[in-house]
Amino acid sequence: MSETVESVSALIIQKLLANPKVPRDIDGNCKIMDDLAFDSLAVMNFVMEVEDCMDVSVPLDKLADIRTINDLATCVVDLKNKG
Amino acid sequence: MTSLFSKFDGIASSLGALMEAGGRNPFSVVIEKPLSSTVGLIEGRETLLFGTNNYLGLSQSPRAIKAAQDAVAACGVGTTGSRIANGTQSLHRQLESRIANYFGRRDAMVFSTGYQANLGMISTLAGKDDYLILDADSHASIYDGSRLSPAQVIRFRHNDADDLHKRLKRLDGTPGAKLIVVEGIYSMTGNVAPIAEMAAVKRETGAYLLVDEAHSFGVMGEKGLGVAEAAGVEADVDFVVGTFSKSLGTVGGYCVSDHPELEFVRLNCRPYMFTASLPPEVIAATMAALEDMAEHPELRTQLMDNAARLHAGFHRIGLNASKQVSPVIAVTLEEIGQAITMWNRLLDLGVYVNLSLPPATPDSRPLLRCSVMATHTAAQIDKAIEIFQQAARDANALPSAA
Ligand SMILES: Cc1ncc(COP(=O)(O)O)c(C=O)c1O
Repeated sequence: MSETVESVSALIIQKLLANPKVPRDIDGNCKIMDDLAFDSLAVMNFVMEVEDCMDVSVPLDKLADIRTINDLATCVVDLKNKG
Repeated sequence: MTSLFSKFDGIASSLGALMEAGGRNPFSVVIEKPLSSTVGLIEGRETLLFGTNNYLGLSQSPRAIKAAQDAVAACGVGTTGSRIANGTQSLHRQLESRIANYFGRRDAMVFSTGYQANLGMISTLAGKDDYLILDADSHASIYDGSRLSPAQVIRFRHNDADDLHKRLKRLDGTPGAKLIVVEGIYSMTGNVAPIAEMAAVKRETGAYLLVDEAHSFGVMGEKGLGVAEAAGVEADVDFVVGTFSKSLGTVGGYCVSDHPELEFVRLNCRPYMFTASLPPEVIAATMAALEDMAEHPELRTQLMDNAARLHAGFHRIGLNASKQVSPVIAVTLEEIGQAITMWNRLLDLGVYVNLSLPPATPDSRPLLRCSVMATHTAAQIDKAIEIFQQAARDANALPSAA
């Protein structure tokens, strides 16, 4: 597989921007809960969409360590490489 | 220095806004006295109860009341000990064998609450290299159990057997056992699990299946065993978890299973081992309520008839109520303000239901959770529908034609 943190991060941002409530100027360093005002359920539901796109499952315990968009991208890439 | 309590600032301001909008704190409604299974005294007024989990009305069962009185007189009011130490009396064993027999299973464990039953079973069954595969809309006790477990936890889309299948397929080749966890009837929405499809996925993938029948026990299936019985797939369910606090009207939780290893779960299960067992009067009342339930299958027919009546009424007056008929009927509203006004108006006018606000709701819209009982009369249901129409008008929550 050739996904990189950059490409996955770009994909996540693209998905986030599909939601009109998300600020337009987000980047990989944005904190998903603090900067985007997602509650814990919204984060879990959003991650599900990313999972579908990337054909990977992110275990919930991993989510606990994820703060930024880049953290999520790194986690997805790690899981893809492992699998 | 940081205040220990600053983490509550958010909830404090939400609660403040909620009370300002409606005048009441929806989390501290007091039922001053239950007058019957269906009517309670709230703010000094007789109020119709449409927001309990007392589906069969058995919290007021004369047989259960008498059994509790006799047990208290004979055994005292408490056990002061845990199930594995000094807290197992013969009554506990008796209840375990009655509940196992009722389900036609080999063995049962009785816990002090249903919350602890999920916490205990899920955290104990799923070990370090195992996977827990949870429905996304699972109850807090299921999520908490999975946090207590060292297993990897994966959510699948609510009631979506294809998504479950896809996620299990992704785990092909990984070592470790897979345990699927679903509920029978979902407590907030009344959605019923497509359990036959889930069971088929379980068979195909070699996973284990745990079904929490908290809201479906006593409600669905010929004997009231829940959705698995109703769908004819009991044999595929490895573990049934449930509670006495809903259709049986008492308190306590259980797990039944045919796996002989349940005996060892008892000795590894912290929420079972490190808490006091149920008091004798609760055990006795639960056994009596179970007899009521077994002897009166017509209660289930009545319950479903009542659910259909309320459901039809809600749709007739134009409310956005659940699609499926089930004893839990959710009325979804578009705005939080509407939901708060409507809930308060309902209580002013004499109907108690549950107000549920996002993020505690599945789709970020607020809902009014209504539950039906076998003991509601047709007149009570019709009265509730009338009051709903009035409250919805007052909250501007009806399409203008209605
Ligand atoms: C689906 C589900 N499981 C478990 C429980 C916990 O039951 P109990 O009230 O006995 O702790 C509840 C109810 O709160 C529930 O809705």
